[in-house]
Amino acid sequence: MTEASIEAGYNFGYLDENTKRMIRRALLKAVAVPGYQVPFGSREMPLPYGWGTGGIQVTASIIGADDTLKVIDQGADDTTNAVSIRRFFNRVTGVATTEHTAAATIIQTRHRVPEAKLREGQVLVYQVPMPEPLFRLEPRVAETKRMHALADYGLMHVKLYEDIARHGAATTSYNYPVLVNQRYLMSPSPIPAFDNPKLDRMPALQLFGAGREKRIYAVPPWTEVKSLDFEDHPFQPARADAACVICGARDSYLDELIVDDSGKRHFVCSDTDYCASRPPVQDAAA
Amino acid sequence: MSELLTAEGLHLHFGKVAALDDVALEIHPGEVVAIVGESGSGKTTLLRVLAGLMPPQQGQVLYAGEDVHAMGEAARRRLMRSDWGFVHQNPRDGLRLRVSAGGNVGERLMAAGARHYGNIRAEATEWLKRVEIDPARIDDMPLQFSGGMQQRLQIARTLVTRPKLVFMDEPTGGLDVSVQARLLDLIRALVADLGLAVLIVTHDIAAARLLAHRMLVMRRGQVVEQGLTDRVLDDPQHPYTQLLVSSVLAA
Repeated sequence: MTEASIEAGYNFGYLDENTKRMIRRALLKAVAVPGYQVPFGSREMPLPYGWGTGGIQVTASIIGADDTLKVIDQGADDTTNAVSIRRFFNRVTGVATTEHTAAATIIQTRHRVPEAKLREGQVLVYQVPMPEPLFRLEPRVAETKRMHALADYGLMHVKLYEDIARHGAATTSYNYPVLVNQRYLMSPSPIPAFDNPKLDRMPALQLFGAGREKRIYAVPPWTEVKSLDFEDHPFQPARADAACVICGARDSYLDELIVDDSGKRHFVCSDTDYCASRPPVQDAAA
Repeated sequence: MSELLTAEGLHLHFGKVAALDDVALEIHPGEVVAIVGESGSGKTTLLRVLAGLMPPQQGQVLYAGEDVHAMGEAARRRLMRSDWGFVHQNPRDGLRLRVSAGGNVGERLMAAGARHYGNIRAEATEWLKRVEIDPARIDDMPLQFSGGMQQRLQIARTLVTRPKLVFMDEPTGGLDVSVQARLLDLIRALVADLGLAVLIVTHDIAAARLLAHRMLVMRRGQVVEQGLTDRVLDDPQHPYTQLLVSSVLAA
């Protein structure tokens, strides 16, 4: 792409070169120590915290002129946030954008991992609201750092124990804690537990950016990512027991929609690209 | 018999106040040692220094030949959750009040690497029985327990990993007398059963007589007298010990 297609007055990728360099240094460290939360100097972005400032800064630091960008929000390419972020990068970098998982080199995501298998050379950038997996259990940041440093994660298992004692199963259905490379406890960002197995030994590079909390962490390709569990209560990813009304998929993660005032429910694929890539089912009711 | 824990030449001053002034002691495996003395005599400070929670200004503490204060924090924590136990005066400091009784007992097991829910629960049930808590209450919060039950739960939680050495800071403080008596009985039985070494800090001379084999009397940071419990209490040598023993109220 040429400079001409970039919005006048902006550097390539919106951030200035020094900021990008600083973030890349944090990224290198994060990749070198899988699952470890690296502090970085998060910048003010032209959108509020919680809308993906961390993910955008990571994407802005790694994107190059020949990249192809895909942005999803809860799996969908066509929601406000996804559309806005895609347009933002198109304006400040001029790179090509796509809705097809296979065609993208960088995929920025909020709360989902695409259904299609990712391959080597692709980068998955997560927007993370809360990077600390222990924060609901241990309010002191200094103490959580110490727990990470000493790999002292008994407390997380106490939480799992309590879930099973009270409800008979682990009740965490999203943001389910994982152990990366048998060392660091990591929050996979609020993806559904259904997506957790996809993180394990994924061929693509996974980068996590938390803008408000000023933390970056990463999972290099082919790294072991294990969801915490007990031997006699193994991890079980949850999925609505239904088929997508549009494409009939029984293997994808589903969104539940209430379609009329009497509470009629429909389930549709949360990953719009995956859904569109499959032949539609004949509508039995029609 | 070789010592489990030895301390020598411990000094610690808070400004002008000497909390520890050249204190030395040793604890052998399976031995119960009581530290008695009035408030402010440095007993709790000594306990904290011995347990590695607070560094001394001079002197060293050796556990199984290793310097407790020179080892890294990781090693000290490992010790704290495997070989050692700490029973706080206030069970609220030692328990997680919003985690069920079973979870509280199981925490140390899980920290030590237990990953089988059924086994953890069975072990927790067993320990609740041992400390005379109805196993039916395994899923209740410690918040709903009485003070005595909370203290017994704390003991179960500490002993579940079968430590070799347990530090107790006034374990019977704040409990009424009949509950204290039962708790002391329980501690005595468990200590004998498990062959624990215990270092117990108390200002309750009667509790010390019941539990301890040996006794140290502290005053103003110094150990003024030490010896077998019965000897110290029946034949006190130091004027301060004599005062302490004669001040015990007879019922």
